Order: sequence, then C-alpha cells, then structure tokens
Amino acid sequence: MAYQFDFGQVVSGEYGQWLLSGLDVTLRISGIAIVLSLALGTLVAVLRLSKVRPLVWLAASFTEFFRNTPLLVQIFFWYFGSYSVLPDAVNEWLYARDFEFACGVIALTVYTAAFIAEEIRSGIFSIPKNQLEASRACGLSFLQAMAYVILPQAFRVIIPPLISQFLNLIKNSSLVMTIGVMDLTYMARQIEAHTFHGFEAFTVSTLMYLTISLIVSFSVNLYNRYVLHVRSR
Amino acid sequence: MHWDTVYKNLDYLLIGAYPQGPLGGLAMTVILAVGGIFGAFWLGLGCGLMRISKRRRLRWPAMFFIEIIRGTPLLMVVFWFYFLAPVVFGHTLPEAESALIALIVFTSAYIAEIVRAGVEALPKGQMEAARGSGLSHVQAMIFIILPQALFNMIPSFVNQFVSLTKDTSLAFIIGVNELTKAATQVNNRTLTAPTEIFITIALLYFVICYCLTEFSRYLERRINRYQARGR
Repeated sequence: MAYQFDFGQVVSGEYGQWLLSGLDVTLRISGIAIVLSLALGTLVAVLRLSKVRPLVWLAASFTEFFRNTPLLVQIFFWYFGSYSVLPDAVNEWLYARDFEFACGVIALTVYTAAFIAEEIRSGIFSIPKNQLEASRACGLSFLQAMAYVILPQAFRVIIPPLISQFLNLIKNSSLVMTIGVMDLTYMARQIEAHTFHGFEAFTVSTLMYLTISLIVSFSVNLYNRYVLHVRSR
Repeated sequence: MHWDTVYKNLDYLLIGAYPQGPLGGLAMTVILAVGGIFGAFWLGLGCGLMRISKRRRLRWPAMFFIEIIRGTPLLMVVFWFYFLAPVVFGHTLPEAESALIALIVFTSAYIAEIVRAGVEALPKGQMEAARGSGLSHVQAMIFIILPQALFNMIPSFVNQFVSLTKDTSLAFIIGVNELTKAATQVNNRTLTAPTEIFITIALLYFVICYCLTEFSRYLERRINRYQARGR
C-alpha cells in the first residue's frame, strides 16, 4: 500500500493546537535559558580573566567540562542524577513545580553558558589591553573597568557569534523532549503516535524551527552589514 | 554513593553485550562517530566545492542544502530519516544505519562550510598561478588548492569530530544501543545509582572529547608555526 500524505490533518484542529503549544514551550524554555546563560556565561568569562588563581581554575574547568560532554547526557544527569546532589529543600521545591521544565532550563543554561563564556572571553581579548590599563589608572576597580569600559565595547563585536550561540540553544532545546518537556519536537512525536503521520508532523515542525533560524540569521546579517559594516558573502 | 553498581556494569557501558550479543556502549559511539566523520568528509567536500562553484545550478542546490540543515536541530534530522526511510524504501532501516545517515547528512553541511572557508582563505594568486601554468580549473583545484586548504582545515575537522562525538548521543532517541542508551538501560535496571552512572558516562565522553580538543589546539599551533615560517 502506498503512503498517503496528509498535511491537512497535522496542521488543523486539535493537532495544529498541539504544535502551537509545543512552539510556545520551545520559545519559552529557550527565552529563559538565553537570559540565564548570558548572565552565567559573562560571569564565567570575567572569572576566567581575573587574577585569582582558584577562580580562574574553576571557570576554566567549568567551560572545558561542559563543552566536552553531550547535552543529552547533561540533561539526563540533571533529571535523574541531581536528586542526590542537591539539598532536600531544593528538591522538594522543584518537585512541587515543573521539574522537567526546570531541568531543561538548567541543562540548556549551563551547556550554552560554557560556549558563551568562550565567545565573551575572545571578545574581551579583542579589546586592546591598554583600555583596561587606562581605566585602572583612572582609578576604576577591576570590576568597574570591566562593567563600564571593556564589556560594553566587547559586546559590540561579540553580538553576532553570541546570537549564533542562542540559535544553537533554540535548536538544542529540542533535546528536552527526552525528559518529557512538551516542546515542539515532543508534540511532533505525539502526533506521530496518534496519527502515524510522522513524516508530515516532522516536516511541519522542521519548518517552524527553520523559520526561527532563518529570521535570526537574517537579522545577524543585517547587524553585520549596518552596524559592523562587514559585507557577508 | 553506589560506585560498585557502575563498576559491575562497566563492561556493558564500554562494549555492550559484545561477545555474546550485539556490540553497544562506548564502542558503538566510537563506530558512529568515526563512520560519521568519514562519510561527512566526502559529502561535505563535494557540497562545499559545489557551494563555491561559479555555476548557479551547482551553487544553489548546495546553498539550499547547507542553509536548511544548519537551521534545523539534529534531532529533527534524525527523526526525518527514521520516518522517511519507510516511505522511500518501503521497509524500515535498522536504527544504527538510519542514525548514521542522519549524522553524516547533518555534519556534512558544517564540513561544507569549513571547506568553503578554507578554500576562500587561500590567496587568490594560487589559483591564478595554477591556471596560468596551464592546469584546468579542476586540476588546479585537485593538485594546488585542495591540498593546501585541507591541510589548514585539519583543526576545524577535529573540532567538528568532537561535536559529532557528542552528537552521537542523539542516536539513543531512536533506539541505537550506544553509550547513552547503555547508561539509561543500566539506570533502569539498577535504579540505585543514577548520579554515579551519568557522571561516569559524562566523564567517558569528556575524556574522548577533551583529548581531541587538545589535539586540535596542538595541531593549530603547529600549523600556525608552519605558515609563519614561509613569511
């Protein structure tokens, strides 16, 4: 029997609603993780550039460890393995709420923060060293110099690679379906289980991911052209 | 802590049930990664060369392919091949093969971009000199441009191999018996030591990927020194 394509069933009615609610969860989990990973990544990058040895060592091992292990394993670690590591009060607080969602956010945040820290560090390196020396000489502390002089300049250069990391985060967020967060991929899987039209369900959700990616990379190209004046090929 | 649970199941995590049953665990991960990078290299090389071609009928399909794949999560590509295979071939592919094809196709788009960057980074004079010496465009590409460009690209390839090694964990989702799947199986069977098991496999992945990353940094320093010598 030949396979009957049926896109109508997948995009309309109840199943269409499922996909939209999945898209909503994907955007929500990515949004939260983007904000948190930017904060954590900046912190790690600054720690790594500080002069305090233990902090440098801590930040370096953080980035090396989380960059060199698969995200899926990290998600499983937080989901299955965090119980005996975290204090009981935190566990109870988490279990009372959306534990899967929280694990997804934590895993995505930590994984992406390790990559973001590297981007920010290379951005800070691209700022001439005498900027820091000059601001230290003007009487700013290390943290003040970072916050008011170095980071504002560095971020201007880092924005394109940073956004491509965020884009990776959005794509990586599809992995949280493995622990039962009902994101876009989870919903596509669900529709496949209900209708056996897996091919159509995954085509539609792939198009949704693709639309997000293309919009984001298009805006990065615009930023490069009009703000950094780099001509993209 | 129950590290003895990990210790008892370590052989299952490393090679699966191999002498008696099918190969699995870390060995399967390595097979998927090595097979994946080998396939992706050739597909990516072809695709990257098409991408920099002057002819539109070669350039546009490659551009289309690269943009689509790079804009899609790997998990989607894995599912795609898993559900596309029965439609195309009329029967399901074994999970390991379906995952391997998905990994090859996904990685080749990134390799294609590396190839493009490597070829475009060479001085234009190389191509012009080669053409001036009487080589055809294809000959110049094969004998002059690619040997230099591929050499410079080696660190990027190693980095891509690291990503691929991490990405093989996604094969677990369609049921390939690699390291992550072995870990969840051991976890489901024992139920006492999830933290220890996942820390162990995280460390196993880490050791492989970290060594490769360090190797790529070493190669990068070597290649930079080699290039600086000529100047």
